[in-house]
Amino acid sequence: MIGSDAAGPTAIQAAFDRAKAEDRAALVIYLTATYPDTATSRACMEAAVDAGADVIEVGIPFSDPMMDGPTIQAANQHVLDAGRSVSEQLAFVADLAHLDVPRLAMTYVTIADMRGYARFADECADAGLSGVILPDLPAAEAGPWLAEAERRELATVFLASSVSTDERLAAIAQVSSGWVYAAGLLGVTGVRSISGDVTRDLVARIRQHTDLPVAVGIGVKDRASAAEVARYADGVIVGSAVIRAAGERDPDGAPDRVHALVSELRAGVASG
Amino acid sequence: MSRLTDPTAPSEEAVREGYFGAFGGSFVPEALSGALAQLADAWRAAQKDGAFAEQLDRLRRDYGGRPTPLYRAERLSEVAGVEVWLKREDLAHTGSHKLNNVVGQALLTQRMGKPRVIAETGAGQHGVATATAAALFGLDCTVYMGAEDVRRQRLNVVRMQLLGAEVVPVDSGTRTLKDAINEAMRDWVSNVDDTHYLIGSAMGPHPFPSIVRELQSVISVESTQQFDFQAGGLPDAVIACVGGGSNAIGSFAEWIDVDGVKLIGVEAAGEGVGSGRSAATISEGREAVLHGSRSIVLIDDDGQVLPAHSVSAGLDYPGVGPEHAFLARSGRATYVAATDQEALDGFRRTCELEGIIPALEPAHAVGWVLAHGRAELGDGARVVLTMSGRGDKDVDEVLEVAGFDVGVAKAFGEGEA
Repeated sequence: MIGSDAAGPTAIQAAFDRAKAEDRAALVIYLTATYPDTATSRACMEAAVDAGADVIEVGIPFSDPMMDGPTIQAANQHVLDAGRSVSEQLAFVADLAHLDVPRLAMTYVTIADMRGYARFADECADAGLSGVILPDLPAAEAGPWLAEAERRELATVFLASSVSTDERLAAIAQVSSGWVYAAGLLGVTGVRSISGDVTRDLVARIRQHTDLPVAVGIGVKDRASAAEVARYADGVIVGSAVIRAAGERDPDGAPDRVHALVSELRAGVASG
Repeated sequence: MSRLTDPTAPSEEAVREGYFGAFGGSFVPEALSGALAQLADAWRAAQKDGAFAEQLDRLRRDYGGRPTPLYRAERLSEVAGVEVWLKREDLAHTGSHKLNNVVGQALLTQRMGKPRVIAETGAGQHGVATATAAALFGLDCTVYMGAEDVRRQRLNVVRMQLLGAEVVPVDSGTRTLKDAINEAMRDWVSNVDDTHYLIGSAMGPHPFPSIVRELQSVISVESTQQFDFQAGGLPDAVIACVGGGSNAIGSFAEWIDVDGVKLIGVEAAGEGVGSGRSAATISEGREAVLHGSRSIVLIDDDGQVLPAHSVSAGLDYPGVGPEHAFLARSGRATYVAATDQEALDGFRRTCELEGIIPALEPAHAVGWVLAHGRAELGDGARVVLTMSGRGDKDVDEVLEVAGFDVGVAKAFGEGEA
């Protein structure tokens, strides 16, 4: 059991190490909790892991997701319209303990802050999560959250951007644990395609500040782009494309569609 | 008394850059952090640069029509039972106070070498002001506006288009100002290298609340001098409507340190405080992070932002600028609320008694004064009320919502069949 026994950062590091030992990049898959419904969502998570996901990011929906494009916005809204509370979503997450990969919550600072950082850290740790990603929490504002995350041995993954100065990259590298998330483009999730040279350069710049794995997300959508990123990054993160597979058409077919897509992506990270 | 309610208590937050007590800060995606730092630098440099102040003054005077008058509204005063002095921002170019902030930020945009501005708008007043400055400075301009607001503020949509701006209706969420801000933020995250997000209210991440406050403080720089000269002594209260809070913070700024002058912000109560259909953020909200800063927000236990409701598109926002949250908690300012009905009453009375068609936003302040001014402030109290914009944009909505019979059908020979 990698996902639930070890402390968060250690479990995540182990997942990246295992991929590296297989001479490939790690594959991180984002899925929105309970989207489109609880049973389908659970089956999609299982399908993603079965098809080779090394880490799962579980999205906890927020009403005003500033970093997300239309696909993930719609998935968020769908879950909120169904009236599922954050507590219900965390209960759903706790029920994923059988998945043998580390899981992280991805949500916005408003959600964590409203519950109180201490309670949110407790709930995440108790739900078996290894870490948390809060894309609108800058390093400079992160102190109070980091204290609670460290108390519960949760990793906190921070995002870096191609427009970040070296000074900011150093600060991000210092507060990050688990991995450093390199944004593959200037933009929100699921709209444009990755900017290759810019992102390669960003990954190289981040490496000057840390030994943590560097994973690239935003703009990676298929086997080819996953393979491209895998040539220079330790991990590849895919979200919107997976949500499209989970959400479109009939829910009964969703797990198979997610399985097929993640298999392709896994082949991509292995060929990069 | 907690640290939050006692502004004199020393606290770590009180001296943190970008914070007003416990409120403010900068909660944004990393891609924007650099742009915010660049903006803060440009702003600091501009404040030290006499040429910037000179340019700003010249534009405000020769292009924008400042100073705006302070006008004693006698007939309105008679009905209200308090002496109402209107600070006439409705007479400024583009028809509202919004240009005060926009010309300043447009100059900053130029100094940062960015060729494009984006903006959010609710009632369209900030969108029109931004489109105006973009035309004046030769900048590309995109304005995000909730689809519901596009419908109810059609006149301003046409004005923005005439001025050369692209108006993007936003169909997500509640289709109002909150969602327009989300979409503008997403644009900024995507185009931050060549685009300045020209935020129109005293909200958002640091340094926006401070910049907007400084640029709007021209309202009270003028009103303090004008009141002293025209009326003599001090007013009992300074009153302004509050959505995000830009005209209010500008109206309050120079009075904050003046003892004995009450500061009253009037929020939009929609169908009433407690009705579940309100935009009275400070009255009903709680502390939370929204749109890049910690403030007071209409939000549920889970941290999901609640929809706001108001007849006024400009006040129809579930958040408020962080300095207002601070002034409310410290007790220096008082925040009250006016319902849709009170605002419509204020709208009609201002038209009929003063020959001024007010925007629905300041009509809330007038409506509150008419309904509660005498009781709250005392008979004959003297108040400075910021008439933050003119109401041409609102006439269709007012007729539709209020069902006022002003003889439109008769004048156009309709409805007689």
